[in-house]
Amino acid sequence: MRKNNSEVSVQKQDTLLMFPYVMWIVLFVLAPIFLLVYQSLLNVDGAFTFENILRYFTSVTYLSMTFQSFLYAGLITLVTLIISYPAAYILTKTEHKELWRMLLILPTWINILLKAYAFIGILSQSGIVNRFLDFIGIGRQQILFTNFSFLLVASYIELPFMMMPIMNAISEIDPSLIQASHDLGANTWATIRKVILPLSMNGVRSGVQAVFIPSLSLFMLTRLIGGNRVITLGTAIEQHFLVTQNWGMGSTIGIILIVLMFIVIKLTSNKKARRGVSND
Amino acid sequence: MTNSLKWSKLYLFFVFVLLYLPILYLVYFSFNEGGTMNEFTSFTLEHYSNVLQDQRLIQIVIHTLLVALISSTVATIIGTLGAIGIHFVKSSQLKEALLNANNILLVSPDVIIGSSFLLLFTLVGYQLGYMSVILSHIAFSIPIVVLMVLPNLEELNQSMIKAAEDLGANRWQVLSQVILPNITAGIFSGFFMAFTYSLDDFAVTFFVTGNGFTTLSVEIYSRARQGISLEINALSTLLFIASLLLVFGYYYISQYSRQMHKKKKAVTGK
Repeated sequence: MRKNNSEVSVQKQDTLLMFPYVMWIVLFVLAPIFLLVYQSLLNVDGAFTFENILRYFTSVTYLSMTFQSFLYAGLITLVTLIISYPAAYILTKTEHKELWRMLLILPTWINILLKAYAFIGILSQSGIVNRFLDFIGIGRQQILFTNFSFLLVASYIELPFMMMPIMNAISEIDPSLIQASHDLGANTWATIRKVILPLSMNGVRSGVQAVFIPSLSLFMLTRLIGGNRVITLGTAIEQHFLVTQNWGMGSTIGIILIVLMFIVIKLTSNKKARRGVSND
Repeated sequence: MTNSLKWSKLYLFFVFVLLYLPILYLVYFSFNEGGTMNEFTSFTLEHYSNVLQDQRLIQIVIHTLLVALISSTVATIIGTLGAIGIHFVKSSQLKEALLNANNILLVSPDVIIGSSFLLLFTLVGYQLGYMSVILSHIAFSIPIVVLMVLPNLEELNQSMIKAAEDLGANRWQVLSQVILPNITAGIFSGFFMAFTYSLDDFAVTFFVTGNGFTTLSVEIYSRARQGISLEINALSTLLFIASLLLVFGYYYISQYSRQMHKKKKAVTGK
């Protein structure tokens, strides 16, 4: 009897402690999603309508913008992956792994705006890159405010986020497997291709997730570096909310971004990894 | 073999040079008398003294730090209690649902968080300003804290809690004297991560800040849109040093807590 009593009070206390957290879930997780869906069904005057979603799917502008955003996110992911994988592989072979990891993390702690700002200086008409081009005889080019500069700076910013999960995945591979591969006569290249690459795919997947999704929604870079040439989904949402004040359309694009995000996560997530998480 | 090793070292060196070059470029020109980021004319500390004399900028720095401090403290408290709650939830379905809800804001792009919070604040008629910024920062920091604290809770020896209960400890004593002391490492790293996320945030703040209140990121954005001003370079150098200190601080804390952990393990023989 006594035990029962205390159990009941324990439960009460636990719920009381958890109350702020549950409130947070309701107010700041569930309510905003609901509001986004609700707002997407309203037109500029606040009347209920399916107009936004219809307009999105019938408008060439919106569809090509979405395609462009996807294309650039894909390119950014590809560029970072190509640079990161070899670097991550070499990093796992170095002696001072912890130090290198720190050096890799450090740039991610620097405000993204400052990094963008640095590139405004580097890529500008009389910046260091153009002076170099002048020096070798190519002559000055318009680099800032082009699609290329957007791709370059976005890849620069996302690089550590690709490299870290790959590095973690490679360093988690059991060294005896690599040893075994060598013992069985595989050379370094064959070992990389047949053993290390397949076993580090999880890291690649999380890297792709960590780079692709934020790249779809980058909005500050498109303005500061891309000169508004590349419109990402993020830029479109920001403009609808803060510039043209068409919140209904902004919410609609937001929901499309969320749906795309889930598709990307589904495509890149690994069933085995998931099982590991839910078993915990 | 040595040749390929040399090449790989070179490649690595190249990648890291690329990673740091823009930052060092900023730092270098922060000492430039010339006023541009193109040609270094002569050394000056003028831009630094400008930063330190810029009352508005200093106010913004203080605001940014206050927002980060308040939001990460509140988020740490709510998140830690939430993590403990999640850990002791019996039904695995409910636990899964809570964890999924927890992760929604972690995977959501900043623009989505920012715009949906803007909708929320507008709906309830909340005045945009420092409070809406703090509330938003608390909101996006909570799941980070939960994520940092949960692994510590899972490592916690369940029989210790049983033992404490058998010895007559009430729920509060179990919480304050058994659970909390054993998860301090997670709580600290949660707080730290929340703090840096808040300092770093631009997108969410940009949506919910309204007109009167500005944080450092938003201020840098509006200044950068107007072009180069070496005052920003000086400011970023100072921020770079601050981040360096933060990273080393974090490194030190995590090393320290790891050592404490080891010691504890040695003592309990586990």
